[in-house]
Amino acid sequence: MSVLIFAELDEGKIKKSAQEAIFYGAKVAQMLGTSATAIVIGQASDDELASAGRFGATNVLHASDAKLTEPNGMAYATVVAQAAQQEGSKVIVLAKSSLGDAMTARLAGKLKAGLAANVVELPELSNGFRVKSSIYTGKAFAYNDLKADVKILAIKKNTITPEETEASAAVKAFSPTLNDADFSISVKSTDKSSGDILLPEADLVVSAGRGLKGPENWGIVEDLAKALHAATACSKPVSDLDWRPHSEHVGQTGLKISPNLYIACGISGAIQHLAGVNSSKVIVVINKDPDAPFFKSADYGIVGDVFDILPRLTKAVQAL
Amino acid sequence: MKILVCVTSVPDTTTKIAFTDNNTKLNKAGVTFITGPYDDYALARAVELKEKTGATITVLNVGEADAEPVIRKCLAIGADDAIRVNAEPTDAYFVSEQIAAIAKEANYDLILMGRESIDFNGGQVHGIVGEMLGIPSISPVMLLDIDGDTAKITREIEGGKESLEAKLPLVLGCQEPIAEWKIPNMRGIMTARTKPLKVVEPAGTDKLTTVASYELPAPRGAVKMIPADEAEKLIQLLHTEAKVI
Ligand SMILES: Cc1cc2nc3c(=O)[nH]c(=O)nc-3n(C[C@H](O)[C@H](O)[C@H](O)COP(=O)(O)OP(=O)(O)OC[C@H]3O[C@@H](n4cnc5c(N)ncnc54)[C@H](O)[C@@H]3O)c2cc1C
Repeated sequence: MSVLIFAELDEGKIKKSAQEAIFYGAKVAQMLGTSATAIVIGQASDDELASAGRFGATNVLHASDAKLTEPNGMAYATVVAQAAQQEGSKVIVLAKSSLGDAMTARLAGKLKAGLAANVVELPELSNGFRVKSSIYTGKAFAYNDLKADVKILAIKKNTITPEETEASAAVKAFSPTLNDADFSISVKSTDKSSGDILLPEADLVVSAGRGLKGPENWGIVEDLAKALHAATACSKPVSDLDWRPHSEHVGQTGLKISPNLYIACGISGAIQHLAGVNSSKVIVVINKDPDAPFFKSADYGIVGDVFDILPRLTKAVQAL
Repeated sequence: MKILVCVTSVPDTTTKIAFTDNNTKLNKAGVTFITGPYDDYALARAVELKEKTGATITVLNVGEADAEPVIRKCLAIGADDAIRVNAEPTDAYFVSEQIAAIAKEANYDLILMGRESIDFNGGQVHGIVGEMLGIPSISPVMLLDIDGDTAKITREIEGGKESLEAKLPLVLGCQEPIAEWKIPNMRGIMTARTKPLKVVEPAGTDKLTTVASYELPAPRGAVKMIPADEAEKLIQLLHTEAKVI
């Protein structure tokens, strides 16, 4: 009855959020007195697969069928459900992500599982199975009692810091029975910026709003992000105006992120914007208006003009 | 074409969340309830498809009587009729079961809803419903066009987007910029009053999860202001004090 963890790949590497999920799942396995098995779907090297051991997985099941190279929530859910059956897993852990969402739901439907999304802490097992999750777009938390036989936990990114060991996991091939219906959606094209730091995975984020005046000024935001190895983000009006792609829009109706550092440049700090970023560990606000509401939710603030401040910060980072 | 649009009734996005009854209930005092913003996108696209193809739109809400103003607004925006499953919508599996039960009775070509509710943010209902009905689910959908029995869809993925094609019937979780939100006009508001709103009792099920209690996040400490002429100091502080860079 091992705890099963779905470890998502990005270009053959176990994603950072998946490392967090493995670490979390391994801790839960410890609490339940059992072992942690990771399931990896898609192409990855043996070393990469074995590296799941560094975060606490004892075994890795690897499903490498060529049909599974493209992320497909429905097919992946079928694979994970079969792996859970094989392992007798009653607890399934994965990172909350775009693919994770598509899978978790189908999996919960298949297994009639109780599920908690946006989990932020290890469970409490003294009286049933209780987990804390983030709700109301980061404005509150809920303590959920999962009563179903099978439990699925989707872990919010960056809320748990994995400790690494030298251990390596034993890798076994896993050959699921695939089902044609899961492949009925055909992917026509994918348009993905590669090489950049993915915003949902990023530790550091530099974000900018309407205060930047226009897309032609984003160079100063990108320069600071580059110096910090940070991802870039934006407020909703900025993506609505097509200054930046929708995938950078954070907030109530955009991505919810929880990086270690969020630098907001020329963003007023409307409650809908805050909702998506308020679980960042450290928030820096740069705004020329001393009364901008964002300062109330910031850890560090500078009242100043972004066109003056950002290039100076970039230089200061380069000098570190 | 028959479209089912599932909507949630949620606190307005500017609401400061607070709890009562020893942190076991949302404090609804002074809170305005609205259609989930993502559901608004789903409904707006359904109305556009209705204008184009003559589709019919049924709105469905799993919720108690206090959700009816939200349902009436959806009727005013352009839905033809509405169903309310009379139950507290606390658990994604339970809500999905209600939606699937309604969907099994009528053959909807499209089941549209928001990518997630803005109260519990689970983002799961579309997938569970898809699984229960044995049809594909896709989310978050940014663009949707229908050509005969084929849906052409653009979905957001991490760091980009993906174009997809799938045959109806489908369950889709929607988000911007799939359509512009629609505001009801006077005529819509008047006719909404006479459109049918059917109340049905839930299909009996156990809830697989319950919320024991709620909690608010700890307040952030006071902001440390750095004078603009010493802006560089920020980087030192982030390095040595906050230790994030
Ligand atoms: C249902 C709903 C959902 C929403 N969802 C989101 C969401 O997900 N994300 C989101 O961001 N918003 C969302 N909004 C919009 C939100 O309410 C705000 O309108 C938006 O966040 C404002 O963006 P902004 O701060 O970039 O622009 P503005 O409000 O225009 O603020 C620009 C700021 O830049 C400052 N500034 C200007 N020039 C300079 C300069 N040279 N140097 C320094 N500072 C400067 C100004 O002082 C001002 O504070 C939502 C709104 C609604 C109603």
